[in-house]
Amino acid sequence: MVTSITSLGRSGLSDWMLQRVAAAVMTAYVIFITAYLMVNPDLSYEQWRGLHSSLPMRMFSLMTILSIAAHAWIGMWCVFTDYVTVRLIGPKATIVRIFFQLSMITITLLYVVWAIDILWGM
Amino acid sequence: MLTVSIYRYNPEADDQPYMQDFEFDAQGRDVMVLDVLEKLKASDPTLVYRRSCREGVCGSDGMNISGKNGLACITPLSQAVKNNKLVIRPLPGMPVIRDLVIDMGQFYAQYEKIQPYLVNNTPAPAIERLQSPEERAKLDGLYECILCACCSTACPSFWWNPDKFIGPSGLLQAYRFLADTRDTSTEERLAKLDDPFSVFRCHGIMNCVQVCPKGLNPTRAIGHIRNMLIRSAT
Repeated sequence: MVTSITSLGRSGLSDWMLQRVAAAVMTAYVIFITAYLMVNPDLSYEQWRGLHSSLPMRMFSLMTILSIAAHAWIGMWCVFTDYVTVRLIGPKATIVRIFFQLSMITITLLYVVWAIDILWGM
Repeated sequence: MLTVSIYRYNPEADDQPYMQDFEFDAQGRDVMVLDVLEKLKASDPTLVYRRSCREGVCGSDGMNISGKNGLACITPLSQAVKNNKLVIRPLPGMPVIRDLVIDMGQFYAQYEKIQPYLVNNTPAPAIERLQSPEERAKLDGLYECILCACCSTACPSFWWNPDKFIGPSGLLQAYRFLADTRDTSTEERLAKLDDPFSVFRCHGIMNCVQVCPKGLNPTRAIGHIRNMLIRSAT
């Protein structure tokens, strides 16, 4: 068994499950926003702001942001461990991969914090 | 005349692998790819490939035939020839020993990991460990694997991580023992598979299903393993 310290859930099953749940949340959000825009063709700024000011909508948006972050973390981790390996690019791969992984994790967390600031700073 | 383009590489003599073209006259018959290789080898004894049973049972002559992995002995020319040309390469992603012969070490190392044997530490009964017909039926579609490596060497996840991802063939065999009611080490077997690579590097590409010369479905077996892991861990 190969352990991992930079994958999100540390376990294959946990990552797999997280990615499926995250996908469901993102799909629900896209369907909701699309339906809302179709039902309200003459949407005003006040109405749009009102929607996003409500607590349930802010929670839904935050859940979606967290889902995107989890989905991206797991997906990008897979890409890096597939293509940035000693087998494919030589002995420097480990340090390059750690750099990419830590950069991806940092950027993802920054986006999450920024999104929380936007949602709760309104 | 059919043009047969074959991957050639002799590490003792060649700096680089190269493709060598041969001409072959099938005389209108739909022979197997292995028959073509046998004829060509008669004219050029330096051509090297593995073969044994010549009837799709031993799994020795797995190779990449016109872009698709398969067994040369049961692949007819009518399926393999495109634009009057037959292209034969070794199974992809594995080290080449010579011509069409690959080093299967990594493939067997993954097979070894899944403990491909029955584990049962309970006292053996006087005659045999019995199964009902329904329990035995669970092994259908699993036990038939001949370890030809066509599936694993068609899998991109196995190309990138052959040392960590068990691969479709190994996972089909892993499920063969997980599904066996006579085996008592199910939890131990599952515990060894719950990491980000062994099982979960399968992204459901299904190349394995497309190429399996025995018509087996490793992706379905991997799905069953995943379901067993979910049942065990939730």
